[in-house]
Amino acid sequence: MSALLSVENLRVSFPTHRGRVEVVKGVSFELGRERLGIVGESGSGKSMTGRSILKLIHKPGLVTADRMEFDGVDLRSQSEKQMRAIRGARISMVMQDPKFSLNPVMTVGEQIAEALVTHEKLPRREVNERILAMLEAVRINDPTRVAGLYPHEVSGGMGQRVMIAMMLIPSPELLIADEPTSALDVSVQAQVLDIIDDLVTTKGMGLILISHDLNLVSRYCDRILVMNSGVVVEECAAGQLERATHPYTRGLLAAMPVLNEQREELPVLDRTQWAGT
Amino acid sequence: MSLEPQLTAPPAPISPNKRIWGRRASAVAGFVATVFLTFLGLLAITFFIGRVIPIDPVLAVVGDRATNAVYEAARVQMGLDKPLVVQFFHYVVGVFTGDLGQSVSTGRSVAEDISRFFPATLEMATIGIIIGVVIGVPLGVIAASGQGSWVDQIIRVVGLLGYSMPAFWLGLVGLALFYARLRWVGGPGRLDIFYDGLVSPVTGLILIDSLLAGEFDIFWNAINHLILPASVLGFFSLAYIARMTRSFMLDQLNQEFVTTARVKGVPERVVIWRHAFNPIRVQLITVIGLSYAGLLEGSVMIETVFSWPGIGNYLTTALLNADMNAVLGSTLVIGAVFIFINKISDVLYRVLDPRAR
Amino acid sequence: MSTRDWLLEDSPTSRWQANAGRAYRVFTALLRNPLSVLGGVIILVLILTAIFAPWIAPYSATGQSLGNRLLSPSGEHWMGTDELGRDIFSRVIYGSQITLTIVGLVALISAPLGLLVGAIAGYFGGWTDRVLMGFTDIFLSMPKLILALAFVAALGPGINNAIIAIAITSWPAYARIARAETLTIRNAEFIQAVQLQGANPVRVIVQHILPLCTSSMIVRVTLDMAGVILTAAGLGFIGLGAQPPLPEWGAMISRGRTFILDQWWVATMPGFAIIIVSLGFCFLGDGLRDVLDPKSEGK
Repeated sequence: MSALLSVENLRVSFPTHRGRVEVVKGVSFELGRERLGIVGESGSGKSMTGRSILKLIHKPGLVTADRMEFDGVDLRSQSEKQMRAIRGARISMVMQDPKFSLNPVMTVGEQIAEALVTHEKLPRREVNERILAMLEAVRINDPTRVAGLYPHEVSGGMGQRVMIAMMLIPSPELLIADEPTSALDVSVQAQVLDIIDDLVTTKGMGLILISHDLNLVSRYCDRILVMNSGVVVEECAAGQLERATHPYTRGLLAAMPVLNEQREELPVLDRTQWAGT
Repeated sequence: MSLEPQLTAPPAPISPNKRIWGRRASAVAGFVATVFLTFLGLLAITFFIGRVIPIDPVLAVVGDRATNAVYEAARVQMGLDKPLVVQFFHYVVGVFTGDLGQSVSTGRSVAEDISRFFPATLEMATIGIIIGVVIGVPLGVIAASGQGSWVDQIIRVVGLLGYSMPAFWLGLVGLALFYARLRWVGGPGRLDIFYDGLVSPVTGLILIDSLLAGEFDIFWNAINHLILPASVLGFFSLAYIARMTRSFMLDQLNQEFVTTARVKGVPERVVIWRHAFNPIRVQLITVIGLSYAGLLEGSVMIETVFSWPGIGNYLTTALLNADMNAVLGSTLVIGAVFIFINKISDVLYRVLDPRAR
Repeated sequence: MSTRDWLLEDSPTSRWQANAGRAYRVFTALLRNPLSVLGGVIILVLILTAIFAPWIAPYSATGQSLGNRLLSPSGEHWMGTDELGRDIFSRVIYGSQITLTIVGLVALISAPLGLLVGAIAGYFGGWTDRVLMGFTDIFLSMPKLILALAFVAALGPGINNAIIAIAITSWPAYARIARAETLTIRNAEFIQAVQLQGANPVRVIVQHILPLCTSSMIVRVTLDMAGVILTAAGLGFIGLGAQPPLPEWGAMISRGRTFILDQWWVATMPGFAIIIVSLGFCFLGDGLRDVLDPKSEGK
């Protein structure tokens, strides 16, 4: 499997009044047409990793890497204009909360249409057909009605399906899903992830699923990176998580409740066990 | 297991179209009620100023050169022998039937005077707000999209000057420079003297009246006179509008949906205007409304400087002649227009924004 | 222990130490912002000028010298002379006394008044709140300048009446702020504790609520001072504020109107004084807001 995306020694830093602070400190990974999970707690740098692939980190933030290649294209040397041709069309991103990530004063249909016509010039009728087909693909029953609604008129789960439709309509090769379900009701989380999983698998795309939920990532991904304080502390196949060696991962696994629980209380992470924090 | 608390989003209600109209109707009803109440408050204040503060309100109206007979007649006519509440009631009824009393300096009814002078003020303030919007909004957008750039710095300076420069002073400096020194614009007044009275007032707005009459010379002359006072007013609304636009835009540019647009590969120009600017249009209407109302107020000073025959000039002349009916009448009219514009921009906000429906 | 350590003590032992420490932190934070330093310096210079005017001004503010009418700015007369041969620079210097008086008195009248109305409305709620705030809102939705003009017209021209009129039109904004602040702290546990100890409402409001409203009030008052100066100058310009021969800046501009086309300096010079002082209050107010009340930016 040839690498779709390869990242080497990625660093992201922001200036503070005490000098530059690195939030991503030398992250490297490779990705084929597979599903990669990045897990970590808030502030671990997982979202920044996702955003720096799309070069969405703006001044005064600074991104450096020894290598950042997407399908043979060196992302580091791409101009802003060249990046625009890649964003959406080839690499896309589903964001956390549809309440904030959808434009409140544009209808759902207009926003999906924009994603499509930015990259392809199509006649109006074909655009409409593709939107309706895409909305059906994310299992929305009455696409014609939903396309005319404003974001505040749809539920969180439906909003996130709209988001997925919008991000997948130009048929990208890589989808970054940044905490796609953490703002949703538990009841619709699995449904949304199933849709992502289904579409990614059938289209043969690459997926980076960023989440704080170890369970969820191990269920939907082939491979897992565990991040902590801007560093990848563990990399393993999803099925081999139980054999993880790093104390942080072990700590996370130990803190997971099981159904027939025997323990009096769940252990708390002991952060003194690993260096670098 | 989870490392972060689960943020659950309550599903947004899907509102049927019927409800939108219900909300609009109640918004309009609330609007009428608050405008009415505020207007009553304004009347109470002008009544208080006119009839309660002066030691002798009759003297304030007729002036100290009036004979005894005139004085007594005015006293009875003003109903000053009746209790205050009754006086206030008569005052309110009078105002609502268009009776603002007589002006001692012009000898006409105040209502007639105001209808004669108001169009000049309206014309100047309208051109002023157009200048403010046409320049201020784009400046604010550009400043926000290049935060820290030189445009941003200029906006900062202009904004602060707008808060700390006396309008009448800027008007005088403008006259000294552009009229006396450079001869680029016309001097004080609405027209050169030899054009005065050549166009019969239809709307009272000279720009429109002269076009209706086909007098293009007069039209150009009017513009020549109007451009400086309107620009001075425009500067102040520009400063305010640009500052507010910048602040709204910065809020929007930090929103997630702007990042979404960038993720889609949308060009920056479209990100700024379609995604960041469109959502603030409704907020801007409120700001522009406020600014327009403020210009009506600011025109009082400017009209004095430019000898502009508007309601502000009428008010200041009345002030100096202690012509109390004229003072209160123009205060009332400017206040009422001010309140009305204020409240209507508030209501427009609720009616136009899809989120507020 | 150095003074600085004493000021920055994390657990102050007296109320005095806590207040001094807070003032010190605000002061050092202000020093980091060049514009607020500039604003502070301008206001300091204004105060010093007002105090030492007789020693700074080279000539008298009112002494006429008809032989020196309308001289253009020179080494002798830095800002030129007016139509009665008075030195404009000296008049501007003396004018700072009037400006400072107006600004100080308006702040002293309107801020406590607004604070009290807002705190009472917020603390008691219900009908008290509705009546007081209804009244406040009516005042707020009216044009300030026009209202001040009408008040002065009724009270009669003069600097005292101008101050009263400006104060009457400025308190409602402070009442709004004080009410909002009071609402957020009214149900705090320390207020309930004081109430349980049997404190009456007057004591709760004066001793415990008002002190907490002061920082946002200081910010707002400082930012408003530019507007107060402009309104006062406007009243002076129209002829309703300070009366001649008082060297009030607005009135001086008004005198210079007649000569604006040829002797531009008579009207322009006092204007620069107004702009500089107003800018000073804006700069300082902006800086104070960033330090004391960062969430209210842009409003």
